[in-house]
Amino acid sequence: MIPVSYYLALSAILFTTGMFGVLIRRNALVVFMSIELMLNAANLSLVAFSRLYQTFHGQIFVFFIMAVAAAEVAVGLALIVTIFRSKQSIDLDQMNSLKG
Amino acid sequence: MNLNLLAILPEALLVLLAVAILILDPLFKADSRRVNLGWLAAGGLTLILLISFLAGQPAQNELTLGGMVRFDWFAFAFKMFFIFAAAITALLMMDVDALANRAEAYVLLLAATIGMNLMAASADLVMLYLAIETTSIPLYVLAGFLTDNDKSTEAGFKYLLFGAMTSAILLYGFSLLFGFAGTTNLAAMAVSLATPTVFSLGALLLVLVGFGFKTSIVPFHFWAPDVYEGASTPIAGFLSTASKAAGFAVLLRFSLTVFPQTGSQWQYTLAVISILTMTIGNLVALAQKNIKRMLAYSSIAHAGYALIGVVAASTLGTASAVFYMMAYILTNLAAFAIVTVAGRVIGSDDLRAYDGLSRRSPYLALAMLVAFLSLAGMPPFGGFVAKLLVFAAGVEKGWIGLVIAGIINSIIGVYYYLTTLKYVYLYRMEGEDEESYPIPVSRPYAIALTVLVAGVILLGTFFAPWYDLTVKAAASLF
Repeated sequence: MIPVSYYLALSAILFTTGMFGVLIRRNALVVFMSIELMLNAANLSLVAFSRLYQTFHGQIFVFFIMAVAAAEVAVGLALIVTIFRSKQSIDLDQMNSLKG
Repeated sequence: MNLNLLAILPEALLVLLAVAILILDPLFKADSRRVNLGWLAAGGLTLILLISFLAGQPAQNELTLGGMVRFDWFAFAFKMFFIFAAAITALLMMDVDALANRAEAYVLLLAATIGMNLMAASADLVMLYLAIETTSIPLYVLAGFLTDNDKSTEAGFKYLLFGAMTSAILLYGFSLLFGFAGTTNLAAMAVSLATPTVFSLGALLLVLVGFGFKTSIVPFHFWAPDVYEGASTPIAGFLSTASKAAGFAVLLRFSLTVFPQTGSQWQYTLAVISILTMTIGNLVALAQKNIKRMLAYSSIAHAGYALIGVVAASTLGTASAVFYMMAYILTNLAAFAIVTVAGRVIGSDDLRAYDGLSRRSPYLALAMLVAFLSLAGMPPFGGFVAKLLVFAAGVEKGWIGLVIAGIINSIIGVYYYLTTLKYVYLYRMEGEDEESYPIPVSRPYAIALTVLVAGVILLGTFFAPWYDLTVKAAASLF
């Protein structure tokens, strides 16, 4: 059996990659993919812990997270399409009409 | 298994109302749709408030529905606040054409309210996460609802981006807490985490990022001014009051249930955050030229004051934080209601556009006086009692420095609230012909403003019954 620490290490790597993706990339779609990576890091560690403790709580939690992530992305893509229609771009740096 | 369906009575009624709105929407004629939808939503919410208040009071504190929600006075009090805020927001939405003609806007408002109710009640990590997302996702849509308005879509997108990122961080924190504790139940987690380690504190910080976003505390406040400015004003009012109060409900329940021992590190962390939040919120608010951005920074500062009650972590502290949220919901909704009414006619959210408002609409200006003085913490308004209670709670637990920082910040706050009132009362419009530019107040706005102003004054003068309610709510967490 693979020790749980391996899963956690992978999950931490995924989370950090996602975090950097969100902070560095300027394309709205890539940022969304990075957020998905962060969510999947959480999913992985939940499932790993769930196996460690021999309970189903973590695994059921993951199902809910997947559903929520899909809903979130649906709303996000709708907004990206709306923004693209008016600006012809989904570059985050160009979303600067609100500031002060 | 304990199955007390009374615990989710308000949420069940909210679902029914949402379905009723969706079914009735196609039956309304185009010219009366706006009015019918608005009164249906606002009237339905008021009815739900009454029914839940009369029939849904918790007899004792219990964990119910498979351990997912707690049925106690704390949750009950917050649920009443959220439903009230939603009812007022429904009234305010009625004369914003882009929102009021669409049944979806009201349904999204109700969905967000259901999420907030569950946030206040949830006693399990799974439920908590789902409740937070049920609140957030409809609010992302509402913030970006005006699809032909670039500012609104940008506000919605920024809100979504910040929200999705912080909720992913929150979730990672949840997964680690689950790993350390081996359970998702908050009360059971407290036992496993009784001796904090470096790792559990790290997980706690991750969780705090998520809660910080909902309560818009520094350094997770960047979204607030942009979103409030871009979103339509009633929605901004709802975001800044109910959504923030929901964040505080979660923060209070989570911190007091999972880390019941006092003197722990999270108290010091929150104390530092509280000082930063108050100071940054107030100082940046001083420089604002746009009233919605000013109210956004002021709402950040108010989160800082309310945090003092959370830091105190006593019965009085919790009661004061709950009372602060109650007073803040009334006062800030009133402020945003005024901005909605005035903004429609003036067509600008610039502070200088409010010059001579007292001559254009004396009653509106009077409501503004009450709301802004209450925000500044002047007696005899609700804001004063709320500030007094959080400072008292801070002193009681020996957080003297924190309270002094709070008092200094309240004084800074008075400056920009009074500056706005100066424009309203002392300055004149350019042509000095205010009489020819009256600001009409339609019936839904008049009702909303009357209720809010009466509430603000009632909280500040006749506060014993409300304080008793908050003490009852606080007692259920200890």
